[in-house]
Amino acid sequence: MQEQAAEHKGCATSGSGGNASCGSGAGQRDLAPEIWEKVKNHPCYSEEAHHHYARMHVAVAPACNIQCNYCNRKYDCANESRPGVVSEKLTAEQAAKKVLAVASTIPQMTVLGIAGPGDPLANPEKTFKTFALVSKVAPDIKLCLSTNGLALPDHVDTIARFKVDHVTITINMVDAKIGQHIYPWVYWKHKRYVGEEAAQLLSDRQLMGLEMLTARGILCKVNSVMIPGINDEHLVEVNRAVKSRGAFLHNIMPLISAPEHGTVFGLNGQRGPSARELKALQDSCEGEMNMMRHCRQCRADAVGLLGEDRSAEFSTDRIMATEVNYDSEARKAYQAKVEAERRAKAAARQHELDALAGANSGIKLLIAVATKGSGLVNEHFGHAKEFQVYEISTAGAKFVGHRRVDLYCQGGFGEEESLATVIRAINDCHAVFVAKIGGCPKADLRAAGIDPVDEYAGQFIEKSALAWFRNYLDRIGSGAIVHQPRGDADIRQGAYIAA
Amino acid sequence: MPLKIIASQCTGCSACEPECPNVAITEKNGTFWINPKKCTECIGHFDTPQCIAVCPVDNTCVIDTSVPRYRPAA
Repeated sequence: MQEQAAEHKGCATSGSGGNASCGSGAGQRDLAPEIWEKVKNHPCYSEEAHHHYARMHVAVAPACNIQCNYCNRKYDCANESRPGVVSEKLTAEQAAKKVLAVASTIPQMTVLGIAGPGDPLANPEKTFKTFALVSKVAPDIKLCLSTNGLALPDHVDTIARFKVDHVTITINMVDAKIGQHIYPWVYWKHKRYVGEEAAQLLSDRQLMGLEMLTARGILCKVNSVMIPGINDEHLVEVNRAVKSRGAFLHNIMPLISAPEHGTVFGLNGQRGPSARELKALQDSCEGEMNMMRHCRQCRADAVGLLGEDRSAEFSTDRIMATEVNYDSEARKAYQAKVEAERRAKAAARQHELDALAGANSGIKLLIAVATKGSGLVNEHFGHAKEFQVYEISTAGAKFVGHRRVDLYCQGGFGEEESLATVIRAINDCHAVFVAKIGGCPKADLRAAGIDPVDEYAGQFIEKSALAWFRNYLDRIGSGAIVHQPRGDADIRQGAYIAA
Repeated sequence: MPLKIIASQCTGCSACEPECPNVAITEKNGTFWINPKKCTECIGHFDTPQCIAVCPVDNTCVIDTSVPRYRPAA
């Protein structure tokens, strides 16, 4: 609740010189060593890490102390958790056992987050008891929590004591006049507040909590839900406010809103942003601060890499029935392999960047990639549940987002309909990189102006994208093709209703 | 003895349980239940019943009209 400019403040707080690009996409060379140590295997705080490392959430915190117009508490939060399915509530003991079971099965799982389905700090006993149990048995797992911030100032010392060094605060506004249209009420000190008074109280507490955390050196990410017509323009101001208070990362997420979610926004027809609107806002904030663009707005019980959800493998019945043997040596050995792969990926990227160094072009374009993880082009076009989107220029390949295309979040199930859905989702891209693709979709993609690229199967994404781009520029140079701008694309609106 | 929770609307979120000054609220089969013998409508504790103030679903914590209203001892 469900992350990810501090260029300068976040990075620079730690002293040494992070450079101007120390965003979630930043690598080791861009960050101060102590910050890199904290984020290098946290998938939500480092875009680079999210290709390799997994996280899990445990749903131990069902109660909430505020009401948001994008949330329907009959289900999980529609925006930062998946609506339509209620997370299985766990006790702290069940949660700790689940963490061990997952850590043993998925050795690249490095982070435990508590994100709901309500607010972790509205359930402080359950939240901190879970942290206590987990840190005793699996001290190598990073602890993380996500809050609306209302109760945050009361718990900062406890958070520091439990060595929770990543905290996410959802801040959608710093102006109560705007906030009153997002929050119908907040419950604080035995009283329900409404209107501007509620929004002012929430905002004051959020900013106070943020300052208290950053003063203690705890890394803070700020999540903001982009609600067109309500806070979209205002989020630039939010960005400035959180940056000046030391936030490390700003994650602007699209509003997810449909009538079937039963939320106030869903029922009154409030729309979410298009892909281009979201990217324009993220780009405009980036000069100010690091932006997270790889958030999947995951559930309060999600398990796995950010693009996948393996929670179904770890049902409570199954977990409680199994003996878990926590082998930290095996986890370390696996993670060493992952690190070797990351180094190979960086070297391959550098090699292509060097080859591109002579090219001189102002062209910037987007490509979509079908991947199962590890930073590789390794998914079949027809099996992809999401496409990762990279912006390519002579400056390099930058991850700028993802597009969900899983069937069950869409209206149609037929092959024709699903292909049309995929094309709408990646319509702003010049090419789509896949491990494999059939003849029919290939022809349809070409007709839509998207180049299907399958010659980089199994290779590193950034290296492949840059090699393709070099060839693209050559073809333009020789007059074989003409560079055409692309249109806008859809962000999935129907969340996982049927799952 | 006056408030009750409409179970079919209760999300089971547990927010009301720790707020009740009379410790009248407990979980029953995934939803929550107010012990009518313990509930005082928060009279003597707070201006408004706490379960109503914190409940995320409007009109789910309501006055139970099947029993007499709570009367504080004089």
